[in-house]
Amino acid sequence: MKSLFFSLGLVFLSLSASCIKKSDTAGTPANENEIVFGEYGSMTGSESTFGTSTHKGIMMAVEEANKKGGVKGKQVRVISYDTQGKSDEAVTVVTRLITQDRVNVILGEVASSRSIAAAPVAQQYKVPMISPSSTNPKVTQLGDYIFRVCFIDPFQGSVMAKFAINNLNLKKAAIFRDVKSDYSVGLANFFAEDYKKMGGQIVMDVAYSGGDVDFKSQLTKIKETKPDVLFVPGYYTEAGIIAVQARELGIKATLLGGDGWDSNKLSEIGQSSILGAYFSNHYSAEDKSPVVQNFVTQYKAKYGEVPNSLAAQGYDAALIAMDAINRAPDLTSKSIRDAIASTKNFQGVTGIISINEDRNAVKPAVVLKVEAGAKHTYVTTINPG
Amino acid sequence: MKISQWITFGIVVASIWGLGFLFESNLNPYVVRVIVNCGIAMILAMSLNLVNGCAGQFSLGHAGFMGVGAYLSATITTLLPMAYPELSFLREPLGIGIAVVLGGIGAGVAGYLVGLPSLRLRGDYLAIVTLGFGEIIRIIFLNIDAVGGPRGMPGIPRESTFFWVYFWALNTFVILYRLIKSSYGRAILSIRENEIAAESMGIDIAHYKVVAFVISSFFAGIAGALFAHYQGFIDPATFNFNRSVDVVIMVVLGGMGSLSGALLGGIIVSLLPEILRVLEQYRMVVFPLILIVLMLVRPMGLLGHREIWDFLPKFKRKKEVKANG
Amino acid sequence: MEAFVQILINGLSQGSVYALVALGYTMVYGVLQFINFAHSDIFMLGAFAAIFAVPALQSLGVTSPWILFILTTLASMLACIFVSLTVERIAYRPLRKAPRLNVLITAIGVSLFLQNIVQVKAGADPRFFPRVIETQSLLGGEGLVITNIQVMVLAVSAILMFLLNFIVHHTKLGTAMRAVSFDIEIANLMGIPTDAVISFTFIIGSALAGAASILYGLAYPKIEPLLGTLIGLKAFVAAVFGGIGSIMGATVGGLVLGLAEAITVYLGASTYRDAIAFGILILILLVKPAGLFGTVRREKV
Repeated sequence: MKSLFFSLGLVFLSLSASCIKKSDTAGTPANENEIVFGEYGSMTGSESTFGTSTHKGIMMAVEEANKKGGVKGKQVRVISYDTQGKSDEAVTVVTRLITQDRVNVILGEVASSRSIAAAPVAQQYKVPMISPSSTNPKVTQLGDYIFRVCFIDPFQGSVMAKFAINNLNLKKAAIFRDVKSDYSVGLANFFAEDYKKMGGQIVMDVAYSGGDVDFKSQLTKIKETKPDVLFVPGYYTEAGIIAVQARELGIKATLLGGDGWDSNKLSEIGQSSILGAYFSNHYSAEDKSPVVQNFVTQYKAKYGEVPNSLAAQGYDAALIAMDAINRAPDLTSKSIRDAIASTKNFQGVTGIISINEDRNAVKPAVVLKVEAGAKHTYVTTINPG
Repeated sequence: MKISQWITFGIVVASIWGLGFLFESNLNPYVVRVIVNCGIAMILAMSLNLVNGCAGQFSLGHAGFMGVGAYLSATITTLLPMAYPELSFLREPLGIGIAVVLGGIGAGVAGYLVGLPSLRLRGDYLAIVTLGFGEIIRIIFLNIDAVGGPRGMPGIPRESTFFWVYFWALNTFVILYRLIKSSYGRAILSIRENEIAAESMGIDIAHYKVVAFVISSFFAGIAGALFAHYQGFIDPATFNFNRSVDVVIMVVLGGMGSLSGALLGGIIVSLLPEILRVLEQYRMVVFPLILIVLMLVRPMGLLGHREIWDFLPKFKRKKEVKANG
Repeated sequence: MEAFVQILINGLSQGSVYALVALGYTMVYGVLQFINFAHSDIFMLGAFAAIFAVPALQSLGVTSPWILFILTTLASMLACIFVSLTVERIAYRPLRKAPRLNVLITAIGVSLFLQNIVQVKAGADPRFFPRVIETQSLLGGEGLVITNIQVMVLAVSAILMFLLNFIVHHTKLGTAMRAVSFDIEIANLMGIPTDAVISFTFIIGSALAGAASILYGLAYPKIEPLLGTLIGLKAFVAAVFGGIGSIMGATVGGLVLGLAEAITVYLGASTYRDAIAFGILILILLVKPAGLFGTVRREKV
């Protein structure tokens, strides 16, 4: 009997109290006098240089803007969370950024896998998300609130294919892809497609899992097919180790990669084995244009190192977010989203950025060569179309 | 069950619905999410308690069953409607409810497959084999490209509301409670106490062990399915050994064999990281320390074999009367 | 054909690392009848110790690669022994009489604690093992490739296992260890200082882990806090496969596992690599639970 009364009481309480409504809080910071950006990236883990570099770029952009009075008269604050390189963590922190921290705009992630995991959350709550460096096409297909300020992999794949055939004149390629990464799988496929279209031959296509340390078995298979080119569209940690083990096994092929290689750790890991390899990227610090040189100088002064493309992209993503907010009629999510979508001819550090109807940026790519002293020297630019 | 019990059950369900409405309307969505996560943890802890605590079979592969439930239900609610647009009703709460149950059933089947070969093994060996099975399940999902393989499955409809999760938590509790109190339950308990003695008393150990595994994994699957629809994204790495250990900590902390202990353990283990957000970094350092200290100082956990209502004075008097009269 | 031999070399090389770690598991299980989950994290600590030791030694003026190698190995072994003994004293000894389950849970706790404390203090980013000895291809590189590191791994493992076998079968300590693993109470009654023997077992086990970590680090330079988990699991599987408690078993088990993995990956199923270990485990436990060289223990009522 007691339990019956108890439960009846509960029901009464809940039904009566349930008449109070709550307001929709996503996208509206608690403090109306500031603009809040939520950043999620891998500050620790295997791809930590991506997260930390991007973070530095974002912070530099925000600090510069705040010094000039902020955006629409309000100061910009950045809340950053570490995804630790894990996709499920990305979902958790983005949810937290939206529901608890109530940010205006989400910036991140670098790795496509994590962007793909977290984008549906941003889309669900209708908070605009800008990825600085995720290149897998799927990312922006997940919703109209998801944007990116970099090129996409169908283009990047064709870049390295063109480079291999036209510049290096090498027609036999083996692909060694990271099956754990959306980025790697996508890029591998796009490269293979274009390479074959241009008359190249894919002699071997094998996989590893991000995190592996031993690639000798697969490399032995690759060695058997005697390729001229070994395309490793993965991240720098494994690319470095693969280079070492490939050379140990006596594989002489030229090593090619994508923007996932961009880290000063690449040479630290790959040592002499990675010298002479080429990879595609979003920008080169050697670019003589005043915009780039200005950025490089400022960044060096602030952080004591030459900015890599992750930092540059982070910088541009933050700039575009702030520019959009400036152009938006008000601070509602919808207005900000529309403003981002209509970004045209924005002069960024990584090039002239226009967001097209697929919410991607159309930009040229550069090819860099890995030289001694961990230098990535500029080789050529390949334009879209 | 008697009519009055059904009525009570119905009222509790209604109040859960009411509470859910209340919470979701008024509380910060972040807080609601934490509470929902708690509920999922409770289901996991209660289900593992059946095998580890009641049957005394140390299983370290619970995450695998969770994964089966998650993947199966997510496939139904996410992949099927993508392939066959006419099935988009599956993304609605009703469809999801069906998917969750199917996820649980799938996990139950997995539990059967794991339980069978594990019958002959004891203690450490069983622990390692269940760990192995948990890992094998994870690796199988890692290799099925159709569900996303290592890249995971995003875009799962996030419909795990307070109501659904706590509704299932209630179900789990009621079913497991009644199971343990029944003769079936006593047979399962006897396995923990002394296998050889039980067998010589004519109890079919093999049968009851498998039953414990199947029921436990069914609920783990339910929890997994609810989890999938709470996170919106799953990948094989989510259901790894560390996840199994999390659940083990919940059960051990609460007291192996105690249903309410499992509830308590689940709540503490889910809430602690939120309360100690400041110490977020040290969370995984503090948890294992708690475990070690527990084992050294109070291995029976907070509640031991007993239930929380055993401590309430009213019940204590009732028990004394029963014992004396 | 050439590929086959190459796979053989790669597999045996990796397998010997598994074997060295497996020996630690098997010995502790032999004397204490429980799985020391934390063993693999001791292994990881050894690798980290080396990462810190090398620059320290170098700044003290040690330059010759071989001397550096030996000193680093010693440093690593010492670190492993120290941590291992501490853990045994604080966490395992008090639970000597407790149900097996409790010790198991404690071991899991220690393992997680070690992994995470390193992660917090040293960061989760992978570090790179110092190239104390440069890799050199020994056969010219065009065809079959054996590196000096691979040869070293095989050679050092063989020497250590030989040494261990000698200790266990031809010394008093070894006899004491075997006695304790047979029946600890009787051994105690017979006057064997069981606590000391058990401590010694841990010492030997962790010394092996320390050596294994150096060899591992030279062959696979990427070191991270969670390194121990998978290696540990596989080494444990190797120990069970060979027969837990049997030294020969752990050795054979490790080598077989290494080979099986190398072959699986070569055949194209690299993502199933880890499943092989568990598959073997389940198979052996179903078919011959005592393992290849193990003996069945009868449980008396």
